[in-house]
Amino acid sequence: MKLSSKDLLGIKDLSKDEITLVLDTASGFKDVLKRDIKKVPALRGKTAVNLFFEPSTRTKTSFELAEKRLSLDVVNFAVTTSSVVKGESIIDTALNVQALGAEFMVIRHPSSGVPHLVSKHIHASVINAGDGINEHPTQALLDAFTMKEKRGRLEGLVVAIVGDVLHSRVAKSDCYLLTKFGAEVRLIGPPTLVPLEMESVGAKVFHDMEEGLRDADVVMMLRIQMERQDRGFFPSTLEYARYWGLTTERLSLAKKEAIVMHPGPMNRGVEIVSEIADSPRSVILEQVTNGLAVRMAVLYLLAGIKE
Amino acid sequence: MNLLIKNGHIIDPSQGIDGVGDLVIENNRIKEISLERKGKDSAEGRASGLQGIRTIDALGLYVLPGLIDMHTHLREPGFEYKETIKTGTMAAVKGGFTSVCAMPNTNPVNDNSSVTDFIIRKAIQEGECTVYPVGAITKGQKGEELAEMGIMYAEGCVAFSDDGRPVMSSLVMRRALEYSKAFNVPIISHCEDLDLSEGGVMNEGLLSVTLGLRGVPPEAEEAMVARDIALVGLTKGRLHIAHVSTAGSVRLLREAKARGIQISAETCPHYFSITEKAVEGYNTNAKVNPPLRGQEDMDSIKKGLKDGTIDVIATDHAPHHRDEKLREFDQAPSGISGLETALSLSLRLVDEGVLTLSQLVEKMAKNPAAILGLDKGTLKPGADADITILDLNKKFMVDSGQFFSKGKNTPFEGWVLKGMPVVTICKGKVHE
Repeated sequence: MKLSSKDLLGIKDLSKDEITLVLDTASGFKDVLKRDIKKVPALRGKTAVNLFFEPSTRTKTSFELAEKRLSLDVVNFAVTTSSVVKGESIIDTALNVQALGAEFMVIRHPSSGVPHLVSKHIHASVINAGDGINEHPTQALLDAFTMKEKRGRLEGLVVAIVGDVLHSRVAKSDCYLLTKFGAEVRLIGPPTLVPLEMESVGAKVFHDMEEGLRDADVVMMLRIQMERQDRGFFPSTLEYARYWGLTTERLSLAKKEAIVMHPGPMNRGVEIVSEIADSPRSVILEQVTNGLAVRMAVLYLLAGIKE
Repeated sequence: MNLLIKNGHIIDPSQGIDGVGDLVIENNRIKEISLERKGKDSAEGRASGLQGIRTIDALGLYVLPGLIDMHTHLREPGFEYKETIKTGTMAAVKGGFTSVCAMPNTNPVNDNSSVTDFIIRKAIQEGECTVYPVGAITKGQKGEELAEMGIMYAEGCVAFSDDGRPVMSSLVMRRALEYSKAFNVPIISHCEDLDLSEGGVMNEGLLSVTLGLRGVPPEAEEAMVARDIALVGLTKGRLHIAHVSTAGSVRLLREAKARGIQISAETCPHYFSITEKAVEGYNTNAKVNPPLRGQEDMDSIKKGLKDGTIDVIATDHAPHHRDEKLREFDQAPSGISGLETALSLSLRLVDEGVLTLSQLVEKMAKNPAAILGLDKGTLKPGADADITILDLNKKFMVDSGQFFSKGKNTPFEGWVLKGMPVVTICKGKVHE
């Protein structure tokens, strides 16, 4: 089986079978990453360009390492040093990068839809590494991989996602993926940050965290950005933490074997207390490790489309 | 120029005319309409006495008063790379319009009489149809201090609007509605609560959430429509609501009119032809302000047109350069190039039974003239010979490459439309 598109733009466009294919392939790469020599020659001679129009540490590093593990030549394109600051259009930038011979373009951009726009103008494979408040598909894939690994399945899992769903591309991609596989997705947070429209996508919306956490298999905390306070989405981080921060007492409402996830970076003491973040129930660092395997799988499978 | 248009189906709601007949133009003015058919005593017979008369056979075609677009962005001065008075009026004439109202958000803004004068002169030199400038309500369209409406009115402005931006201050809007009464000119209001709409680039709802685009709730428009209705009640000023896009606005306007509030309103072809679904795939040509809405809104707009709540169909022709639209959705400018598709899209309403052809002419010629106080939109003897001849059966495919407008930004690319203007006559000058 192959993926159906040259690009990975979002979870919305993927079928269940395609997602399963990525997760199974990632499993193989995870074994590779456990070896002493972690590099495979799979994509030797091909080039990946990472175009990050927004600050990123873990996603960018993760993609870069994944590319290097597959023996790709890697170029990082940083916005501050590029001609974008000189006013070059996004399409011109992409066409130039393609002219340099890139087979893969990994794009992160603050505007939703940019990877989609670029993919229409170039023949290289575009991988969405996070666009605006739309999607972050590789994060959802690595989250699913981690949940499957830790809880054995996706179907029937109760996954509580807590925080700023409105502005979270991770929450949205997770929601699209998990509902495709029959998981119960609960979105928890203040009404200003959890759009009710997500119920039409198949999620359940809760404003009472205790109610939403009850019997959850997975608790995923989202980063709460300080700037949201300035824009009036909630009055203070203190109040936010009081109602929607993950504490040990609240976590005890979830299933005993529930795992705690976070796409990072964390605000300790705001959305999550350190006692939980550093506890054995937290799989936050494993998410990071799995991210590498999942991104290798995505690159590998997209390369297969063209053969 | 002397002209005989014969055998056409003449529709002129200003005189209650709806029938086959002949129309005579003498010295660029309407001389007479005759619904009698033949003989020496017919219009044709009398016209044969006129010198150098040209005849257009309009058999099977409809002859209408020239259309008036109350809401056009001609972009000149300042944005000539998007459109000029010349190209914009060429597009207007091709679309069946003989008069357009040029919105003031140019650079510099038309907030003083020298810009007004520039537009009028340029339109006389290069324009293909009549251009009526709309002046800014406030200096620099900043919503703070009133612009010199009286002087601009004397120079030729027919209405005032900060279009593109709302007048956010209720007090400034109150003053504008009061002050403009001195000149009996309408204020055209762009209804948008900027606090509610901030950062929004499409209609707010399920689709905006699933596309990850920030939404503008319909209430951002409706809150301001409600405010403006209240201010008309307070001031008894003359107000026209621009580009109505939501069911709630239609409801508010219907209720206000029923209470006897004097107010008029327009909508645009895109609000009754397509919904927010056109945005899918991050199509920047479907990005417009106010944004395309849902099916229920579209249905309400049609009902509002049918029952007279909405008086006018205007284009909100907003041409942009290709490069500006070919970019990030949230960075692309809002607007649709509408002059060359407006009439054909509006004719779909006639096909659907929403409006009769005569009612459509009211919305696109008679009512705009009445609201703006123009001697246009009519085929009465003595009026300027502004005439649109329409072929209801002619089909064409929308191809922005063929637009006269510099703005190729249309969400209707590739649509097959039935019914189009075949001849537009502006003050006796025939464009075919």
